[in-house]
Amino acid sequence: MDLLRFFTAGNVDDGKSTLIGRLLYDSESISTDIIETLTRQSKTTGENAEIDLALLTDGLRAEREQGITIDVAYKYFSTGKRKFIIADTPGHAQYTRNMFTGASTAQLAIILVDARNGITEQTKRHSIISAVLGIPQVLVCINKMDLADYSEQRFDEIVSEYADFSGKIGLNKVDYIPTSALAGENVVHKSTLMDWYPGPSLLQYLENIEIEVAESSDEARFQVQYVIRPQTEELHDYRGYAGSILNGKFHVGDEVTVLPSGLSSKISGIESNLEEVVSAGKNQPVIIHLEDDLDISRGNTIVPTNALPLTEKSLEATICWMDNTPFNSGQKFILQQNSFRTKAAIREIHSKIDIHSFGDLESDGTLRLNELAKVSVKTAEAVSYDPFKKLAKTGAFILINENTNQTVAAGVI
Amino acid sequence: MDYLDELEAEAIYILREVAGQFDRPALLFSGGKDSICLVHLALKAFRPGKFPFPLVHVDTGHNFPEALAFRDALAAELGERLIVRNVGDTIVKQKLQDAKGKFPSRNALQTYTLLEVIEEFEFDACIGGARRDEEKARAKERVFSVRDEFGQWDPKLQRPELWSIYNGKIDKGENVRVFPISNWTELDVWNYIKRENIALPEIYFTHERDCVLTEHGQLMADNEFLNLDENDEIVTRKVRYRTVGDMTCTAAVESEAYTVEDIIAELKEAKISERGATRMDDRVSEAAMEDRKKGGYF
Repeated sequence: MDLLRFFTAGNVDDGKSTLIGRLLYDSESISTDIIETLTRQSKTTGENAEIDLALLTDGLRAEREQGITIDVAYKYFSTGKRKFIIADTPGHAQYTRNMFTGASTAQLAIILVDARNGITEQTKRHSIISAVLGIPQVLVCINKMDLADYSEQRFDEIVSEYADFSGKIGLNKVDYIPTSALAGENVVHKSTLMDWYPGPSLLQYLENIEIEVAESSDEARFQVQYVIRPQTEELHDYRGYAGSILNGKFHVGDEVTVLPSGLSSKISGIESNLEEVVSAGKNQPVIIHLEDDLDISRGNTIVPTNALPLTEKSLEATICWMDNTPFNSGQKFILQQNSFRTKAAIREIHSKIDIHSFGDLESDGTLRLNELAKVSVKTAEAVSYDPFKKLAKTGAFILINENTNQTVAAGVI
Repeated sequence: MDYLDELEAEAIYILREVAGQFDRPALLFSGGKDSICLVHLALKAFRPGKFPFPLVHVDTGHNFPEALAFRDALAAELGERLIVRNVGDTIVKQKLQDAKGKFPSRNALQTYTLLEVIEEFEFDACIGGARRDEEKARAKERVFSVRDEFGQWDPKLQRPELWSIYNGKIDKGENVRVFPISNWTELDVWNYIKRENIALPEIYFTHERDCVLTEHGQLMADNEFLNLDENDEIVTRKVRYRTVGDMTCTAAVESEAYTVEDIIAELKEAKISERGATRMDDRVSEAAMEDRKKGGYF
């Protein structure tokens, strides 16, 4: 059985949490004691609906009080066909950084649009973030169809408007489903009120969608997380580089180069799952051994000598600013790419991204919370990376404020 | 990749990040199934080396003897260091009020001992087996959850956590709680236990036990820590435990499950959630877990 990770995004009040609640409820993924609690809570919050399904994911007291989602909630369910991890992300503009968190690990974006309001600024922002993050598949749920008379014409209008916009920002794989989360139409069961829609319900869609990753690279990439040196009598000379294979496949005997030092060696052994193996592939946790005793530490990259990534000290990146305090040019950062860290500075802000047109806006020299911008980053040590579009695993980084330790930006190279 | 391989790989990656990023990490180990899985994952992450952290148990004094025996045997078998600190000692030392009532739960008191042991050994990261599917406040927590020097979780100030890049940078005195199996469900844990053939304390499997039936219809093991009165009736039932917490606040469930396979079959049919079936401490209010976490609880 495979695993599908998706996130939901949309405006405040578009009904995201209700949609997820409905999905879990109608697919019988909720335990009876949780339903009892919900029923009790629904009464105390004075909702009209019998059970307020949004309360299922709004796990914080402040969220329940304000009726909004502040932070990502992760929910889990499975059907006979698939296992799902849902990141329910906030719609409120103020919490866009939390949406970024939920979206960064997803294979599929579900973007909710209120059938009455159509496409809004938030819809565009979430779509642009999905494009920047390279989310391979987008599903637009045109929700609250019950409040738009289940109108095919309204659905078509929104589809055509969104198709226009998504084409401009480079989201190529987009599907559409008309839903009413509140009434349960087209969520788990196919709606009988919208016969004009021939496609699957949301759950049928999720169970069957094949995600095609847009990344083109199959070049092998490995980064050292931790050096294992038992230093015991029987393992006196043991030195293993522990980490996960980020991409491609490594074999015993491969000629490899260690970056940023540029020193070369050969793989003398690979351990995985407590056994010696002859090769290992993408996402597998392994311990790699090299023939030569090189100076290798955490954060170093090991790659095939005939397929080197770029290794540079100046990077051109698109970043999302995530800190409440705006960027100022004196700030020093630590750039972290997987397990690699180095000091860094933003040398120049070239332009900001206009969320209405995806076009460039002139930079005003600063970056505020949730703003997207194209920047030049300078690092103390060279970063070994692949362009994000070629390989997301090595083309993404975060910036940590050296002073506060906060994660202040996320970037793709 | 099969989903269990994917979850396993994610957890091993996180454990190695802890080893790489922190000077003095610890693995919180209770002898329950989730922390036993963590130990199994740590073997895969670090063998043939030793664990780069000790196992730490905050013993409430109300634990099941079977779980404690299992804890000691496993630590000895693996040759890993085990640190045990007792809530009873903290109560005496800090002059705290012990838990009261018919079912005196020291669950909230554990936080004091946890913070004490963190201070004693200057732990900068504590690995725990909490899972997001357990409870709705947990569903909101990051894999790397930064706590201030009082151990407090501030849900509104969580760091963005992107891709598989974990920011564990902290100031002295702060610490990070790390949850490698955040994305596992109860059923995933059992499927993993089955696949990996992981040994567990016997109380997870059905056995005959003398229990007290509570007013909520829960079955509590008859034990020396309960303050029963003459109206309490002791019944003998075939039960097992879905979670292993304190004997004073963890209820048993009636079960016919003798093997891991039986348990998986039973869970697939179960209509009641893990904590709902077994924990008295979450019934206090809708935000009981959130409040405990803000106070430094796991």
